[in-house]
Amino acid sequence: MDEQVYCGFCGQELTAHDLAGCVGARRAAMEPPRYCAHCARRMVVQVTPTGWSARCSRHGEVASG
Amino acid sequence: MTAAAERVETTGTDTDILAIAREQVLERGEGLSEQQILEVLRLGDDRLTELLELAHAVRMRWCGPEVEVEGIISLKTGGCPEDCHFCSQSGRFPTPVRSAWLDIPGLVRSARETRETGATEFCIVAAVRGPDKRLLSQVREGIKAIREDGNDIQIACSLGMLTQAQVDELVEMGVHRYNHNLETARSHFPNVVTSHTWEERWETLRMVRAAGMEVCCGGIIGMGETVEQRAEFAAQLAELGPDECTMNFLIPQPGTPYENYDVVEGKDALRTVAAFRLAMPRPLIRFSGGRELTFGDLGTEQGMLGGVNAIIVGNYLTNLGRPAARDLQMLDELNMPVKALSDSL
Repeated sequence: MDEQVYCGFCGQELTAHDLAGCVGARRAAMEPPRYCAHCARRMVVQVTPTGWSARCSRHGEVASG
Repeated sequence: MTAAAERVETTGTDTDILAIAREQVLERGEGLSEQQILEVLRLGDDRLTELLELAHAVRMRWCGPEVEVEGIISLKTGGCPEDCHFCSQSGRFPTPVRSAWLDIPGLVRSARETRETGATEFCIVAAVRGPDKRLLSQVREGIKAIREDGNDIQIACSLGMLTQAQVDELVEMGVHRYNHNLETARSHFPNVVTSHTWEERWETLRMVRAAGMEVCCGGIIGMGETVEQRAEFAAQLAELGPDECTMNFLIPQPGTPYENYDVVEGKDALRTVAAFRLAMPRPLIRFSGGRELTFGDLGTEQGMLGGVNAIIVGNYLTNLGRPAARDLQMLDELNMPVKALSDSL
């Protein structure tokens, strides 16, 4: 799979990404990722009482541990 | 001599709002009026501890020590046609939330996970203006599957505005509580939502109550309301008389009109929780979305000792909560027993 190059919370390229300015990254414990880390597509996210899953149409599904 | 004692000595009458609340709410079980709630909300930080202690005493006196634990699940996420300015699930704002439907096995699994925490309530939520036939069919099938899984957890629903026929259908399915939040004071609602009215929401709540379902109604603190509107909202909720009041605190969501709003300051939030308890001595008051961001761990404990007697454990609809085990451990340390299902039936 491609290298992870995008922020999962705002979809910006990690190289140019200012973590301090990313609300989602600051709240990582309270937010599931919304963007695919490989292509920055918005993912379909399902939050459940004990976890979450996020599906990218190109790169498949990731889920909480 | 305290300020309150000085006032009694000079006037012969106690005009201190907490002394009045002690007699009116704690002793007689009568909630504060809108003007009295406003006085409470205007108390300084130096009175906060006293206020929280009184709110806790009111909760213990009129509700008891048990805490109702609930889990929630989003059955239909995103793509909502309404324009609630706080909501990342509105299809009208450029938020990162995409539409999703949970399938029945996923719903059953979520209900089982919730029951395993000791929760007695499982709320099925959909981001819609109101349910259509497909959604109601999914809810019916889901409830049937949850029961076939041997799960006796009580089912609540939050599916937007209802018609009378839909209310009757939910009763027939065995839904025992319906959540529909008024969200904010009537006077502030048009600033928060323009695609439907506060009165439309009230009408759904009226039908739910008349049909015999329990009413769960609350809102979100921190949406630009004034302190006067916060008091107005508490009084309007008290007039509704819900079985449960759910208190959320704004999580500014990226892409929504409120994305740059400040999070409610912790002491202000605690004062609000306590004031709502003094307005409504008897219903469940539930800590809901935003508590992790607004209160943190310490503030959550203070809230539980300041009038709150119900919590949502685990994750929310689109945001993550702290692990259920941490909340259950906190309740254990506070000597607050989790309400058992047998107590609810």
